[in-house]
Amino acid sequence: MMEQFGLLRFIPLIPLAGAALNILFGARLRPQFAGFLACGAVALSFLVSLAVFWLLPASGVFRDVLFIWIDSEPFKAQLSFQADALTAVMLLVITGIGLLIHVYSLGYMGDDEGMTRYFAYLNLFVFFMSLLVLADNLLLLFVGWEGVGLCSYLLIGFWYEDHTNTIAGNKAFIVNRIGDFGFLLGVLLLFWEMGRQGVWTLNFSELERAAHLLRPESVTLITLLFFAGATGKSAQIPLYVWLPDAMQGPTPVSALIHAATMVTAGVYMTARLHFLFSLAPATLAVIATIGALTAFFAATIAVAQNDIKRVLAYSTVSQLGYMFLAAGVGAFSAAIFHLFTHAFFKACLFLGSGSVIHALGGEQDMRKMGGLRRYLPTTYWTYLVAALVISGAPLTAGFFSKDQILWQAYASPNGSTQLWLLAWLTAGLTAFYMFRQLFMVFHGACRVAEPAKARLHESPAAMTVPLVLLALGSIFAGWLGTPDFMWGSVWDPWLQSVLGVQEAVDDAAPGGELFLMALTLGIAALGFLLAFLLYGRESRVAERIAATTIYRWLAHKYYVDEIYDCVFVRPFTACARWLAQIFDPGFIDGFVNGVASTIRAGSLSWRRIQSGDVQHYLFAFLAGTLLIFAYLLGR
Amino acid sequence: MSDLSLLVFLPALGALGLLVIPRSRNSALLQAALSVALLTFLQSLWILYRFDPNLGEMQLVERLAWIPAYGIDYFVGIDGLSLFLVLLTTFLGPITILASWTIRERIKEYLFFMLLLETGMLGALVALDLFLFYVYWEVMLVPMYFLIGVWGGPRRIYAAVKFVIYTMAGSLLMLVGIIFLATRNFQVTQRLTFDLLRIAHLHLPYDEQMWLFLAFALSFAIKVPLFPLHTWLPDAHVEAPTAGSVILAAILLKMGTYGFLRFAIPLFPEAALVAAPFIAALALTGIIYGAMVAMMQEDLKKLVAYSSVSHLGFVMLGLFTFNLQGIQGALYQMLNHGLSTGALFLIVGMIYERRHARMIDDFGGLWKQLPVFSSFFLVVTLSSIGLPGLNGFVGEFLILLGAFEVSPLWAAVAASGVVLGAIYMLWMFRRVVFGPLARPENQRLQDLNSREIFMLAPIVGLIFFMGIYPQPFLSRMKSSVRLVIQRVESQKLAVPLIRGEASDEEKAARGN
Repeated sequence: MMEQFGLLRFIPLIPLAGAALNILFGARLRPQFAGFLACGAVALSFLVSLAVFWLLPASGVFRDVLFIWIDSEPFKAQLSFQADALTAVMLLVITGIGLLIHVYSLGYMGDDEGMTRYFAYLNLFVFFMSLLVLADNLLLLFVGWEGVGLCSYLLIGFWYEDHTNTIAGNKAFIVNRIGDFGFLLGVLLLFWEMGRQGVWTLNFSELERAAHLLRPESVTLITLLFFAGATGKSAQIPLYVWLPDAMQGPTPVSALIHAATMVTAGVYMTARLHFLFSLAPATLAVIATIGALTAFFAATIAVAQNDIKRVLAYSTVSQLGYMFLAAGVGAFSAAIFHLFTHAFFKACLFLGSGSVIHALGGEQDMRKMGGLRRYLPTTYWTYLVAALVISGAPLTAGFFSKDQILWQAYASPNGSTQLWLLAWLTAGLTAFYMFRQLFMVFHGACRVAEPAKARLHESPAAMTVPLVLLALGSIFAGWLGTPDFMWGSVWDPWLQSVLGVQEAVDDAAPGGELFLMALTLGIAALGFLLAFLLYGRESRVAERIAATTIYRWLAHKYYVDEIYDCVFVRPFTACARWLAQIFDPGFIDGFVNGVASTIRAGSLSWRRIQSGDVQHYLFAFLAGTLLIFAYLLGR
Repeated sequence: MSDLSLLVFLPALGALGLLVIPRSRNSALLQAALSVALLTFLQSLWILYRFDPNLGEMQLVERLAWIPAYGIDYFVGIDGLSLFLVLLTTFLGPITILASWTIRERIKEYLFFMLLLETGMLGALVALDLFLFYVYWEVMLVPMYFLIGVWGGPRRIYAAVKFVIYTMAGSLLMLVGIIFLATRNFQVTQRLTFDLLRIAHLHLPYDEQMWLFLAFALSFAIKVPLFPLHTWLPDAHVEAPTAGSVILAAILLKMGTYGFLRFAIPLFPEAALVAAPFIAALALTGIIYGAMVAMMQEDLKKLVAYSSVSHLGFVMLGLFTFNLQGIQGALYQMLNHGLSTGALFLIVGMIYERRHARMIDDFGGLWKQLPVFSSFFLVVTLSSIGLPGLNGFVGEFLILLGAFEVSPLWAAVAASGVVLGAIYMLWMFRRVVFGPLARPENQRLQDLNSREIFMLAPIVGLIFFMGIYPQPFLSRMKSSVRLVIQRVESQKLAVPLIRGEASDEEKAARGN
């Protein structure tokens, strides 16, 4: 059921207009005004998104067609938007949480000289992100996909005077491009494979109708290529390496782009193309395995980080791993549900860390914090709530959404005990690293150095109000999707119109879900306890742990960056250098110049023949005649 | 005089007009040249208006007997292949004149050559008589030779001579090919003519086609430049004055790719089909090779020059897919490259005028001092790396789409060039624009003045427009591209299958 809804285009266009105004006229406006303009634009966009959410009929789709973008028969891509239940949920996250983060930024970036530029980029991000989820075809989705990558690049390197930041920005863009290489090939393969079946389209609903025509092996390849794109954008093994570095950007950016929205684009894409992924069990197995491994692997790294934002960055990688695990076992609805709840609690955590960093004048090392709960009470309480939620405390959002994933990882037809085990261990690690962080930052003795300590203050209302709202959301957002033995899920039926009815979970062991839930709670409690014993009290144990080899490995992130550098970056640049400095000037151009100088040398020697001396000419004449005679005689 | 002839000769007439202005009156000379270039651009818009988008055949043709004894005509016309290249040329005309505003020495001769060059380029794009085309082709060389050799950098003589001799070496073979074609046509039809449209009806045996194709292809491939014939390009770019670099990159290189599309492919379709895998292999090598060499350059102009080798590799790949997406994409990419690389050379020129330095390491942190400059630079950089939503993406995507149909491997290799493109451009951008503003010389730089903004703003406007709404361009190219494809397709059956071909039913289903 398609319905024209002309307001759809305004969801991306209003923030685009905001960005354009700030870029073109920002220099002439007061910086504060730039912030209000940007917030206003996102607020309007949020209102339209609410309207869409509200008016969207059950199992209906809103469409808004602008014009034909590229037409080269048989290829055709339109600039047109569609909104279904999945898009509506994403839009609420993007514009809703986006709005809170815009408001927060008013406080956080209040005295930055680049404020106009900052808000322009932020609005531009909301434009591209909403374009990504509103696109009704793959190519337009790709515009949003690369566009959010651009904004990420610009905002990571926002404080451009520091090389570390801009290098991190480049790394993010380039690593993402490597993933996009796969994505783009996936689009091409899908297009021609569909064409072979007589269906020339990249439009989602048309693809869904024709997906069954594809040959199984090509679906597997196509979906694997798409997933390659997702590993870049959503920071999964092996392309997750850019996300921790991306923390160089301003903290609200980390919250919005690198936690709540952009990095979930890969999960969204997987859900949007669920009809393809469902046809490729091999790909799903890969996704589930990579998701589970990433979740576990990143969580172990998070355990040993001392930078407040890096802990959260690896935590994000880990939680994204959960989402892919869910998608990989075919539980797309659970993946999107975790995406939704994660957006709240992770944004809350990041903004909380931003509040801490703001109060400390830029300090991010947790070893130089401690005891901050006295100085930053609101931040502390919201942080505590979010930490509880991500650890899976009962009846909070994280509890319900994570439980769904763990249950599906175990019980779904595509699930397995191994997948569940990894996810289960990750749950324990999650509680451990979160409370390790909480204790290091907010509890114990205050280790803040003196000049900064005197200036410690709670953040302004522009920052604390979003924190409180996000903390509340973290608790209650999960109530939309409780297990069947409670009041059930309003979430799954809502998304079923898009994602289809999931294969029934094998219910051989009733109460199995309850039992797994208890196990998860158990290991989370264990993680909390361990964190308390090691970091919650004054003790020397933490220092001794920090001296162990395994801790050093974890702290250095298993040396993955160094390995990539040795295996890929250095050989490649060495090769490029050889081409540029030896091969091109020496060999190729050397050949060209060689030809030229040979001809020149040849002509120079031939020139001597033209001596102008009659005796020479006569001699040559005589010699020639003799030779001809000799030839004729000898024949 | 017809509209097209007026267009072609307006700049040359303007060049003659400049001669009556006294040498001492610099600004009068510049203003006169600018007005001529603007008039030419207006005339080209009039041609765009008169152009029928649905026709694939030649339009606005004009034919006059020129050297009747040899059957040589003055014969010009325009179609979907040449239309936008003509517009690109006239669009960049005023911009390159504005870029020359700071030239102080011998300004009169300089402007004379600039306008003459424009006539040469426009003539070569609309010529439909092979001999006429050859004349224009050589006419382009002379002004460019002087522009590099007189107003160029320290090694200008070396670069200018290399440019001319390299190009001449190729084009002489083409001249032999043209004469051979005309005589061959005379043998068959008993009519001596250099008329492209007539000669196109000639059906040559395969081995003759191959020799002729090679003669034409060598000449065009040097101009493109196709790997490994590219080494004249970095030298020429580095030494040329800004406007020279812009014209060289934006238009002269396109003469090579245009030559393939207008002459080498339609005249010798069988040979082109057989050569396609080899040319594609060279094009793909060029994409990767150009990008990797660009990555290691320390000189901004050299970096942009090698990036051209990479981008033109895309264009060549697209042309030799012989399908609508590939060729449309190639044509589109020619325009994109003209805009983005032209703008990059303008940008390098602007910074060079301020600092008299061009090495990447001479800069850093420019955003702080030159925010307007840096913003333009950013958009152009993003256009060059094919960010979706800007023009470069449309061309690249269509080429990849076309290449994938022929060979997924081609598309995969080419797509890796898209990754490499991001690497070298972003590395360069980071080192020039980001970082601390450490050098004292850079701390006194002035941001763009209004003349410079007037130069860049139209280009950036088009970069956005062509990225968001490419249909007006693509639709006008379509019919003419179809005709080229039909010519090649008609030969396909005659050629032993060299690669997996889609069956005829499938072709029909696609409407090719």
